[in-house]
Amino acid sequence: MATKSGTEQKPAASLTEIRWHARGGQGAVTAAKMVAELALGQKKYFQAFPEYGPERSGAPIVAYTRVSDAPIQIYAGIEHPQIVVVLDPSLLGIVDVTKGAPDDAIVLVNSEMSPAELRKHYHLKGFRYFTIAATRIAVETIKRPIPNTPMVGALTRITGLFPIDEVVEFLRLDFGKKFPPKVVEGNINAITRSYEEVQAE
Amino acid sequence: MHIIETGNVAAALGVKLAGVQVVAAYPITPQTPLTEKLSELIEAGEMDARYVPVESEHSALAVCIGASSAGARSFTATSANGLLYMHEQVHWAAGARLPIVMCVANRAVGAPWNIWNDHQDSISQRDTGWIQIYSCDHQQIIDDTLKAFRLAETTSIPVMVCYDGYLLSHTYMPFEVPEQEKVEQFLPPFHPSYALDPSSPANLNTVTLPEIRTDVHGEMAHGYMEIRYLLQEDLRKAVQVVEEIDAAFQEIFGRGGAPLVEPYRCDDAEYVVVGMGSLTYQLWDVIETLRTEGHKIGVLGVRLYRPFPDAAVAAALRGARGVFVMEKALSYGYEGALCSDLKSALYDHIPDKSRAPFVKGLVAGIGGREIRTADLTDTLRSGLVGSIPEPGWIGIQL
Repeated sequence: MATKSGTEQKPAASLTEIRWHARGGQGAVTAAKMVAELALGQKKYFQAFPEYGPERSGAPIVAYTRVSDAPIQIYAGIEHPQIVVVLDPSLLGIVDVTKGAPDDAIVLVNSEMSPAELRKHYHLKGFRYFTIAATRIAVETIKRPIPNTPMVGALTRITGLFPIDEVVEFLRLDFGKKFPPKVVEGNINAITRSYEEVQAE
Repeated sequence: MHIIETGNVAAALGVKLAGVQVVAAYPITPQTPLTEKLSELIEAGEMDARYVPVESEHSALAVCIGASSAGARSFTATSANGLLYMHEQVHWAAGARLPIVMCVANRAVGAPWNIWNDHQDSISQRDTGWIQIYSCDHQQIIDDTLKAFRLAETTSIPVMVCYDGYLLSHTYMPFEVPEQEKVEQFLPPFHPSYALDPSSPANLNTVTLPEIRTDVHGEMAHGYMEIRYLLQEDLRKAVQVVEEIDAAFQEIFGRGGAPLVEPYRCDDAEYVVVGMGSLTYQLWDVIETLRTEGHKIGVLGVRLYRPFPDAAVAAALRGARGVFVMEKALSYGYEGALCSDLKSALYDHIPDKSRAPFVKGLVAGIGGREIRTADLTDTLRSGLVGSIPEPGWIGIQL
């Protein structure tokens, strides 16, 4: 029997599906890819992709990450995400971010509010909400209002998909290749701060 | 080196490793970031090639035709309406027997305007005389791109490497990047048997008469019909060349092994689903589900579409009671082109027609319509009891 591209077929196993909601320019696709790269370090299989279509800065966009112990052979968007990440709280009023999510899905929102305040403000029902002031943390650490890396820090804490030490190590190596040390340190601070500061209900 | 990137980057890295000397491309929609990546690599000095930005896809292939005629390893890429706009030159490149490689990130064609995935663009180029390979994942994209250059240069026939737009072109997945040293072992530099040379001017592919004739050297020269016959002959022989090149690749890189068709659980299958591209790997999961329900079903991915590996297709379907052909394109006014090709192969290779399987054509994912694994499973489950809802377009809502 031929094997797929020479890689071995492993038995089906746990599949984690993450859906990212953001506005074009907030770095959601980069974050979706970063989580995939972290999964590679964990010897897991993954897939990261934007919602297929034209990209416009400021417009609502969706990106996806799948992480699995087995090769991923699904070529479709995620309809029932276990985890929803919202990079821009203004989307809560205009996009049904929890559409299709199971009752126990985790929803992580970039917001200054606590989960309780967020629920009250946006009339949110069900699911498990977490909040993190990702934009403020990004401005204070990276000096730019791009909330993607802080969101990955909070996600690391909530899901336990990867140990935080490995996330930091990854940033040091991967970002270290592309950015000056100041930017790398800023991103590491952003991730560790949001890891600490994420608020649960 | 194991990396995470998009299918477009996989293709671009393949082009870089192949030591391409001329890249010509039209940079605007429906182009993909593949050519952007190549322009970056060339600008950064990581790739020693000439990048020619042109005003249209027609010109992009025309530049490659010129460059290839002068003996340069040449590459272009396009999609959808860009490929259709190129069509005249697509025929020309094959007739001129130039070993150009082109990547096609498969997208739907207008009208109406649509930038999402299906296979109508490259299927519409089926009869141009190009070799067509369909890649199913990122590893195959980079590996097929490398093999395509050796194949094109061995056969003097241009090669199209087709991969699903967005589903593969824009999705980040892991793949292995071959080492440059090994690539050079696999793909020696391009030395054409004839190349244009300004110091010795010549006319190429001028008006060729219907009948054979004596040329300026006093030798009998082919007419148009002989030249076209040889293209057909060499294309038919290319099926075996594809296998040989895959074996050589496997020896060096340890990957490959199913260059014509890729069967999955077909050995004891009573029913087989046939498709091309990423859809075939998605069907692996579907088949696992149906197998646990007790259905003897398998998947056959067609990797080489032109020349059509009719013998391999028919051999893989021997013993099957039923075949479902799932396509992302149509020959409008009849049925999917792959479905017709497959039926033709069965007619030729199964002498006892009473033992031929039924063949049911299905259409999926036109214009990027979402292909849900659950919908595929439901459709095939209905198919096993002969009750697929008409018209057999998966997910259509009329």
